[in-house]
Parts: sequence; structure tokens; C-alpha cells
Amino acid sequence: MERAVSPAQLLALGRHQTNRRRSAEAAGFVAVAAVLLVVLPLLNVVGRPIPGEAVDAAWYWLSDVQLNLLGRYLSYALLALGIDLIWGYTGILSLCQALFFCLGGYCMGMYLSLQTGAEGVYESTLPDFMVWNRVTELPLFWQPFHSFWFTMVAVVTVPALFALVFGFLTFRSRVRGVYFAVLTQALAYSMWLLFNRNSMNLGGTNGLTNFKKIVPTFFGSATTFRLAEPAVQRGLFIITSVCLLGAFLLCRWLTGSRLGRVLTAIRDNENRVRFSGYNPADFKVFVFVVAAALAGVAGALYVPQTGIITPGKMSVAASIDMVIWVAVGGRGTLIGAALGALIVNAMYSYFTTHFAAYWPYALGLLFVAVVMLIPAGLVGLPAQIRGSLARRQRRNDEP
Amino acid sequence: MINRRLLSACAASLWLAVAPARAASAGPPEMAQQLEALASDDSDAQRAAVNALAESGDRNFVAALEALRTENLYVWTAPDGARRLVITREKTTVDGQDAYVLSEAYAGTPLHDASGADVTAKSDTLQEVSVDRRLRAVVAVALERLKLVDPDPTVRRAAAKNLADKGDVSALPALAHAFDSERARAAHAALEESYNLLKLLAPGDEDKLAAVTRLEALHSTDAVPRMRELQKGAATPLQAAVARAVDSIQRWQKLTRVIYAVFSGLSLGSILMLMSLGLAITFGVMGVINMAHGELMMIGAYATFLTQNWFQAHLPASFFGAYFLVSIPVSFVAAGAAGYLLERSVIRFLYGRPLETLLATWGVSLILIQAARFYFGDLTAVTTASWLSGGIEVMAGVQLPYNRLFIIGFTLVCVAGVYVLLLRTSVGLRIRAVTQNRAMSAAIGIPTNKVDAWTFALGSGLAGMAGCALTLIGNVEPDLGQNYIVDAFIVVVTGGVGKLAGTVAAALGIGWMNTLLELVTDSAVMGKVLILALVMLFLQRRPSGLFPPTGRQVEY
Repeated sequence: MERAVSPAQLLALGRHQTNRRRSAEAAGFVAVAAVLLVVLPLLNVVGRPIPGEAVDAAWYWLSDVQLNLLGRYLSYALLALGIDLIWGYTGILSLCQALFFCLGGYCMGMYLSLQTGAEGVYESTLPDFMVWNRVTELPLFWQPFHSFWFTMVAVVTVPALFALVFGFLTFRSRVRGVYFAVLTQALAYSMWLLFNRNSMNLGGTNGLTNFKKIVPTFFGSATTFRLAEPAVQRGLFIITSVCLLGAFLLCRWLTGSRLGRVLTAIRDNENRVRFSGYNPADFKVFVFVVAAALAGVAGALYVPQTGIITPGKMSVAASIDMVIWVAVGGRGTLIGAALGALIVNAMYSYFTTHFAAYWPYALGLLFVAVVMLIPAGLVGLPAQIRGSLARRQRRNDEP
Repeated sequence: MINRRLLSACAASLWLAVAPARAASAGPPEMAQQLEALASDDSDAQRAAVNALAESGDRNFVAALEALRTENLYVWTAPDGARRLVITREKTTVDGQDAYVLSEAYAGTPLHDASGADVTAKSDTLQEVSVDRRLRAVVAVALERLKLVDPDPTVRRAAAKNLADKGDVSALPALAHAFDSERARAAHAALEESYNLLKLLAPGDEDKLAAVTRLEALHSTDAVPRMRELQKGAATPLQAAVARAVDSIQRWQKLTRVIYAVFSGLSLGSILMLMSLGLAITFGVMGVINMAHGELMMIGAYATFLTQNWFQAHLPASFFGAYFLVSIPVSFVAAGAAGYLLERSVIRFLYGRPLETLLATWGVSLILIQAARFYFGDLTAVTTASWLSGGIEVMAGVQLPYNRLFIIGFTLVCVAGVYVLLLRTSVGLRIRAVTQNRAMSAAIGIPTNKVDAWTFALGSGLAGMAGCALTLIGNVEPDLGQNYIVDAFIVVVTGGVGKLAGTVAAALGIGWMNTLLELVTDSAVMGKVLILALVMLFLQRRPSGLFPPTGRQVEY
């Protein structure tokens, strides 16, 4: 007969396993960080073609366009982390994350438009679209966006405040599940309608564009970074990577904490959480605000890398598409959310350059296939296959 | 029917046979002289002739005047040397030379030679009748005056309105005569309005005063700017009368605007109701968030479009008006079949997971939209059947279009039908049983799978009929449904999921509130934004909608 394992031994074993898993994860994180922060930017520097001296690009050179595209995907991944927090971990389907993305994006866009100043088409200090619309004076709510640091704060706080008010109103009255999804959809829709209006003074359907430079001030001295320069775009890529890695750590910490466990409990059975003495509404508002803030930061990073922000980005369709990124990667796993955003957007770029007319079919099939075939996403796929193999094994063994 | 057609054909051929003989006379002899005078070199003589023709009230001169305006009136030197006034029609070639097919100037009847063939003339035998700008203006007025005796009341109304707009006081007697002899009620009012509008410009103050009083009684909107114009520098009694009239007309306008708002609110509400009815079944009763609901509407709209095309291609034109009636069941079946397939292939695996159905059906909707765009192109429109165009004028300035009235009636029928089906038939009993307690229903022998599929098909078919009705008020586009899906969901959520009465009340309420807010804010977008804000606030108070579900199964 085997000797029974003592509780102390079991605990030690568990600790050992956890430590091993943790160190593997840490190694993976460091590797990804090294790739994002060092390898990719370096590949963009080394092997660069020199136009005047007939030096061709090296085969390993990562072109400016590719790096820029990747940077945009990374900002999407940042947003996907927020969606995963609220949908994957807490089980709330929010269909207005694109709105928060755009709120951050528009804050940044307003700052960049003002920085363009007299370099615009009409050589007016006002943004071009205001000149078309015969607006003679800068509207009051534009004024603070002259300041770089105000913008940096607004990028986080505007979407967060918006989410706080909306979330407080809806969660307090116990709107949940399907109702919440429909309401957020309506919110996204009405904001989309509003932002399309010229009278909002945010560029109407054309949105904000024609950005030239970022001029941050450090300790009173301003430095000009021109967006057209490859080095500035590389810098933006690195900043996006830093933000993504930071957000990953933040989410990791959140979901691993006691608070994270409450969130998961809300997903699995909200009534039991309430009966255990917690107020689910508070936790839901909190996670909604965090997700909105992450989306806002993502939008602010996206805009200078893309050079334009339009209301089309905040449509109902855009929000639903974002949810599918997380579903493809694997909801409830942070790495899955980020990966899903990268994969789906890479697919999008591939399809739209090679056979654009088929992208809606591909995306539609992706929606149906992910929901019906791989509910746990790509990250959960190995476990799913193992599970179904084990089930088959068991069935074979039984008779 | 056939007999009559035969008879008229005989009459036509007879008439053709005598036509050349009549053409030679060209109406009453003194008028024939005036017609000839149109070709005069002297523009004063031309003008006098045009006025005389207009004075005659003989519609047979319309052709010549119209031709004069479009520069198709020619003096033709016939092979026998006679010169006569003709109208040129289509261009042909004779002996390698440009030539024209000719019509008689009087009544514009085609000219035939002895053998009955069309008469053509080479261009060098034709001399154009010249028109200068002043003459053209006179011709335009003369044409409108002749149109006052047109058999079609709408042409008469348009002519009267044009005359009033042109402001030529000399047309006053003609207008007076026209409205005196007018028999159609609606046209009578319009003619009288035009007459009085023109009379405002008459020289005498008494005439003006009479016109002002009449216009006030007619609630003429067009009169307000003209009266304001008149008010400047008018004598005191006239000024007071004008002020009173303007005041009263503007009050009337406000009243009509309110009536319109009530009607368009009802109309919008019924459209919302029609769209939400299917959704109330699939979402409310079955708990499926069907994002492809809009695309099922799109399928219904395209089914209507195809029915119309089939009617155009395979049936005589006289049947065309019936296509819309046929397209209603066609669109129901088409969308219902699509819904059945959707349920069997995707949705049945996802019951109890509403958020997953949202994503999966969204994917389906993307595919359907792209497929429709691929197959039909971007924009197609359905021709409204003639019996649905136009409207009834319930009071001066308030016209209710037939298509909107039809939609309201159609919605009523659909709601009543669904109500009876769900609450008064055994099929409805099964549907309700399955939605309330699936396990128990299965235990007593209800085939729940089948009921699910057919219920979903029913909801989809209703969406298809909504799409069919939408073709009456808009284009048929691949993303037709996308514009409505958010509204439809809002209606169902506001009404309370699973409650038919809630859906009906919410659709009407939102429809009315929307038009009211549009009226107040003067902008369609702001109206919509405010309505969404209101709905959100409403759901604060009543999170489960107007008619919350009762009983023990509230929590899920």
C-alpha cells in the first residue's frame, strides 16, 4: 500500500508547480518584451535602404509600413485586453468598446489637429474642417487640448468617466446580460450618429486628420516630433508595446487578485455573489471603467500611427468585430485576447489587399465557426482537443 | 372587354382614314388663320396669334404651341409647292439627306400620304419658325392656359399653380372660368387658390381685399409671403385684412403640422412595430439575439423586388398592380425559409447562450449582406404599385399618403394575426409551453425541437413581411436591415422581453416620441439621440421594460 501524502507535502508540491509555471510565464513575457521593444525596432533600423546611394533593403529589413501596421495591431491588442477583462472574466458583453476607443482617439486627434496649426491646407490656426464649416472661433471644449499633458490625462479620463456614468446608471438598476448588450449597442449607435454631425465640431463624417507633429513638453521645454519621420513612428511603436506590456501586467495582477476572483464569480453566478454579501454592481462598474480606460489609451496610440480618426471607427459593427478578436484568441485568457486581435487584424489586412470582396464572408464564417466550434478560442484549442480525445478514449474503454 | 377594344380599334382606323380630310380644314377657319400667323416674321403678330390660340380654349392647339416652344414647328414646302405649318417628329434619312417625320400642326396628328404611310420631309424643304425670348414666355403662359381645360385634374391643378407663379394678370379670366367649371373637389380648391393668388396682383384694392379673404378661408400657405409683400405700402383696411389673414393661416399651419406629427408618429410606430414583432418572437419568446433579423428583412425586401421583376417579365401590364399583394406571402415564405435554415444549422446549438447567438448571427448577417451586394448590386428600388401611390387629402394642406396608411393597416393585421396565433390556437399554446418550461413540455410529448424551428421560422417570416412593407418607403439595399436593427432591439427591450403588448406599446410610444422630438429639436439625428437617452433613463426605472415578466422564472 502506498504511503499517504501529507498535506504539507501536497502544499509544497503545489507551490513548486506554481513556481515552475510562474517562471515559465515570466520567461515568456521577457522574451515577448525583448522582441517587441528591441528586436522589431532594430530590424526596422538595420538593413534600411538608402535611396541616394543605391543601397537596397536587406531581406530581413522590417519596412516602415509593416512596423506601423504592427503598431496599430498592438494598440488593438491593448483594447482587446480590456474586452477580455469585462467579457472573458466578468461575463458582461459590452458592445460599445469601439466608442471608448474613439473617445481616446478623438482626444488625441484634437490635440494633433491643434498642433498642426497653420501648417494646414488653409494656413489657419483652426483645423481645416472648421474653415470649411465657417467656424471662426475655436470651440471652448477644444481649448484645453492645446496642452500635451492635459491630452494625456484626458485620453484616460474621458472614456473612464463616460463609462463610470453609464455603468453606474445601468449596473445599479441591475440591467444585465442581453439587456446590457442591447443598451451599449444603442449607446454606440447614438454616439455614432452624434459624431457624424458637423455641428459637433469634430469633423463630422470625415473625422479628424492631417496630423503633422507631437510636441510634448518636459520640464518646460518643448520638443517637436514629426509624425512623418520613421524614427518617430518607431518611437510610437515602442511606446505602444510598453503600454501593451504594462496593461498585460496590470490585467494579470487584477485577475489574479481577490477582486479578479469576484469578477469570475460574477460571470459564473451573479446571484450567488450577491447573496454572499458582495455588491456585484460595484465590481462591474469598476471593470467597465478599467476596460474603457484601456480602450481610450489604445485609441490614443492608434491615432498618431494611422493619421486619421473617423466616426466609422465607433459604429456598432466595429464594436462587435472587436468582440470576435477576443473570441478567436480565447476569452478568459489575457494572452488569447491579445493574440486574437493580432491574428484577426492580420487576416483583415491580408484579405483586403488580396481579395477584398471576400473579407465579409471570411469574417462572417469566423464568427460562426468560433462560436460553434472553438468556444475556448485558439488558446483553448489544445485543451479542447485533449478533452475530446480523452472522452473518446473513455467511451472506448467503457464497454 | 374584348368587344370594346375591338370597337375602339375600328374607330381608330376609321378616324385615321378621315384624318387627312380633317387636317386640311385645321379646325374653325378663323383659328386656322391664327395658326398660320404663328409662322409670321413679325413677332408682334406671332404674339397676338399665340394669345388668340390660348383664348380659344381649344386643346388641339397645345401641340403647335408645345412645338413652338421646343423649336419643332416648321413651315414645310410640300412637293406640290403648297406651304403648310407642320411639327417635326423623329429624325430619319431619305436619299442620304436628313429628313423628319411630320405631324399636322393642328392637334399634332401624324401626317399620312394617300397610301397611309408617314409623310417625311427633307430638311431643305423645312423652314424653322423663329421664337425669341419674349415670345417664349408668352407661349409658356398660353400653354398653361390651355392645360387648364385638360381632362386630367392633376394637370389642371399644376397649370393653375404655374400660372399663379408666373404672375401674369392677363390669365385671370381664364383661371376664373376654369375654377367655376371645375367639378373635382380637390382640384377646385387648388384652382381657386391659384386664382386668388393671382388676383392679389390685380390692380384694384377691392379685388385684392376679396382675394385676401378667400385665401384666408382656403388656408393658403403659398399666400403668406405674397401677402407680406402686399402689406408693404398698402392702404389701411387692406393692411389690417392681410395681417388678420396671415395670422389665421399661420395658426392653421401649426395645426396641420401637429396633425402631421401625430400621423407620422403613428406611421413610424407601425413600422417599428412590424419590425419588432418578429424580433419579439425570436428574442422575446425564444431568448435568441438574432442580429441577422435585419438581414431577414432584407431577404423579404429582395423577395418583393424579384416578385415585381417576375410580374414585369411574365404577366401583362394590367396585372402589375397586383404584384405587391403577391409579394407579401412570397416575402414571408422566403424569409421564413431562411430563418428555418438558420435555426437548424446554427441557432439550435446555442439555446441558452444568448450572447453567443448574438455573435454567430452577426457573422451570418455579414455573409448575407455581402451575398446580396454581390448578387443584386448596391441599390435597387421597387416601383410602388399605382394603387398605393398618392394619398387622401383629409383637410386643406394635410395629405395622408396611401403607402403609409397601408403600412399602418398591414401592421394592425399582422399584430392581430400573431396575437391570435400565440394566444388562441393550439400551435400558440405549444410555443408558449416550450418557452415557459422546456423540460416539462418535452415530457408531455411536445416535439420541442420542431416547435423551436417553426417558431423561429415564424419570427423570421414576420421580419420578411416587414422588409416587404419597407420597400414602399425606401430603396432596397443590401444593408437595409442594419439601419433598423438597433431600433428594433430597443423597442423589444423597452416593451419588456416576451410581451407582445409591451412591444406594441413601446413601438407606438417610441414612434410618437421620436417624431415629437424631431419636431422640437428640428433635427432627425438629435431626435434619435434623445429617444435613446430617454429609453436608457426609462430602463433605469423599469429594467425589465414596460411589461415585466411575472412569476418565478425571472432570474436566469
